[in-house]
Amino acid sequence: MKTIYFNRFYKSFNILSGILIVVSLIFLIFKGLNFGVDFKGGTLIELRTDKTSANITKIRDSFNQMDLGDVSVKNFGNDTDFVVKFEKQNSNDPKFIDQIKTKLSNSIGFVDFRRVENVGPKVSAELLRSGIIAIALSLAAMLLYIWIRFEWQFSLGAILALFHDVVITLGIFSVFSLEINLSIVAAVLTIVGYSMNDTVVIFDRVRENLRKYADVKIFELTNISINETLSRTIITSVTTLLALLSIFIFGGEILKGFSLAMILGVIFGTYSSIYIANPILVSLKVSQRTIIKEEKD
Amino acid sequence: MLYFSKLRVFSVLVFTLLISYFTISNFTKIDDEYFSKNIKLGLDLQGGSYLLLEIDNEPVIKQRLQSKVLEFKKFFKDKEIKVRNYVIENKSIIFDVDIDKIDNVKLLLDDDKSDINPYFQQYKSHQFNFESKDSSFKLEFSDYGLILLKNSSLDQAIEIVRRRVDEVGTNEPNILKRGNDRILVELPGLDDPGRIKSLLGKTANLTFQFISNNSEESFGTEKLLFEDESNEAVVSKRIVLSGDNLMDAKPTMNNQTNETVVSFSLDRVGAKKFGKATSSGVGKRLAIILDGKIISAPEVREPIVGGNGQISGNFTFQSATDLALLLRSGALPAPLNIIEERTVGPDLGKDSINAGIISLIIGFILVVAFMFYKYRFFGLIANLALISNLFLLVGILTLFEATLTLPGIAGIILTVGMAVDANVLIFERIKEELKNENNSIIAFDSGYTKSRTTILDANITTLIAAIILFFMGSGPIKGFSITLGVGILTTLFSVYFIARLITAYYVIKNKHKEKLI
Repeated sequence: MKTIYFNRFYKSFNILSGILIVVSLIFLIFKGLNFGVDFKGGTLIELRTDKTSANITKIRDSFNQMDLGDVSVKNFGNDTDFVVKFEKQNSNDPKFIDQIKTKLSNSIGFVDFRRVENVGPKVSAELLRSGIIAIALSLAAMLLYIWIRFEWQFSLGAILALFHDVVITLGIFSVFSLEINLSIVAAVLTIVGYSMNDTVVIFDRVRENLRKYADVKIFELTNISINETLSRTIITSVTTLLALLSIFIFGGEILKGFSLAMILGVIFGTYSSIYIANPILVSLKVSQRTIIKEEKD
Repeated sequence: MLYFSKLRVFSVLVFTLLISYFTISNFTKIDDEYFSKNIKLGLDLQGGSYLLLEIDNEPVIKQRLQSKVLEFKKFFKDKEIKVRNYVIENKSIIFDVDIDKIDNVKLLLDDDKSDINPYFQQYKSHQFNFESKDSSFKLEFSDYGLILLKNSSLDQAIEIVRRRVDEVGTNEPNILKRGNDRILVELPGLDDPGRIKSLLGKTANLTFQFISNNSEESFGTEKLLFEDESNEAVVSKRIVLSGDNLMDAKPTMNNQTNETVVSFSLDRVGAKKFGKATSSGVGKRLAIILDGKIISAPEVREPIVGGNGQISGNFTFQSATDLALLLRSGALPAPLNIIEERTVGPDLGKDSINAGIISLIIGFILVVAFMFYKYRFFGLIANLALISNLFLLVGILTLFEATLTLPGIAGIILTVGMAVDANVLIFERIKEELKNENNSIIAFDSGYTKSRTTILDANITTLIAAIILFFMGSGPIKGFSITLGVGILTTLFSVYFIARLITAYYVIKNKHKEKLI
């Protein structure tokens, strides 16, 4: 197979990644994330109407008359399904949902409540906290694992690559105001696992080659290793993306956000294993001595 | 790595077939406790309601403090120590003592064996912490005392919740403790939790108290609203009878008035109390009070001595049934708040299952086709491993009766995509080895050996993510982490036992062929 000179573009892609991270962070700090009811609290109703009765304006109008605070109404998958979200939640009043349903039927006719989620402020704060802890914990666990398995230069490279993937994926969610809910946390954790997986495969090869070739510079060596593992990288990314695309297209509306986050994560995870993790080994001047010294210890 | 003993081949085969059997048992109907297991569907797939309730322990704490004050009064009286100005404030008891008794009181409060520290012998911890300033003492529940109190009220509440849910008769409800002040109620198949919510939202404290005409009653009086909030009445604070003495309650029709009423029967103590109170109170109005609101206040026409009575109050049959149910199940120790509710209708659940299965099939076909295109014969081996992987995964989930959720299905599909990774790593490595090695058996063998650590590393990282998700995630997300985690284990099994077995067999048979892979 022809050798591709990935290492020629280390610099330019690092600059690109740097820009993407900065832009993502700016969006995350100033625009923030669009938290769903899981993390913000409030009520979500997924409803289905019959074909004749309703359009989005009508539904929005009738909800606005109910004094529920800020109401958002969106189409959900097809013309007859809608998702309504508002901040008011009154789970203690057993008639709260029933009353909304009655009022809605009076103004627009047939409605079926397919899904109702009602999350109190205490629970949403806890869910948010445990979501953040879960992501932080998994990053820490990965760091620990790779620290045990490799030298610190490799750990740093892998963790920065992970950080890169998570920040940019969340940044894209912020830019497009995509909803962050519990399943996105699961997606982010899986991205962390996947990106790590990808990086580890290349790093394993880098280490093997470091033992094999004493006189090859790390700049060249990373490129050899990337090339040797390239077909695996591509095949695995393709099969994973095929599975994810299938979920994204056919898996229904509920899994859309989840599979989108995963797709972005797999793309950035594959990219970062090559263009973030390896340049860091280069700039930390990893050489045969790095691993041989460690092994002697 | 290519050698397999006969015994090993046999056990791999038996294990795979056995687990796969449970996958198939999901689609068959066999009546057998051990051999017909079904995967459990999560609420998001079968439809149903998920309610998280939190106990409001404030009233319990207040009540407990009040009774503790009575204990203290008696205790210090027996010890002949003068204690004044008992106040309950901010979850603490405050009182004053004479200056010369301060040390004495401190000693008593610290004493491990004293009667007011009933917990110490058992738990080596005081029920209360105290601080003193001059002659004033302030007592608060210790952390341990608070936990014990919360646990006991949670235990009581969960029992009452279970009775109420059972009485409504939903399909296999799941009622679980969460922490020390929460109860999780899962109601499969229920798409309108309104009634259950209104039943669980009521404490159901029932009392009978006389309506008072003169405000100088010895027990004091209080003003209470009627249920419909249109009227109010002054009632005596003396409780004639409470719901504790109720044995049974059911909705009935009153033949004379043609009204729906709730008739109840009392236990012996209750009947005696009720008889006595109603004989001395003929002509007075007796208020029936539920959770601080008067349901009705009929006049006592004659003494009620048999221990049976009726509650009237503009009931529909449904509301009478619900009230009877509440009375039968007993009062909650404290009010419950619903802090989280998630309800999925059965239609949406079915749609989700269909969408999940369709995307699984399509994802599977795409991956299988791609692998065949890439590796031809070895692609078939990888695909066979993938199929057995799926059977093993679903079989194990079934065997352990794990709950399958929508994200769980996504986890299975994702496993399909990622599972081929291990075989790809091996095949690519073998290709490299074949470049420098003419003996294909040696090349295959070292291909397996050299890729092993990488495969383990790669899978352990994903496994770590799955484990953390399992412990931190809730509900549906837990389902995802289970399928992802189990998927990694079955992947490793299918790659190292099934695919390697077939590969070994094939390579040994065709060792002289050119371009094996």
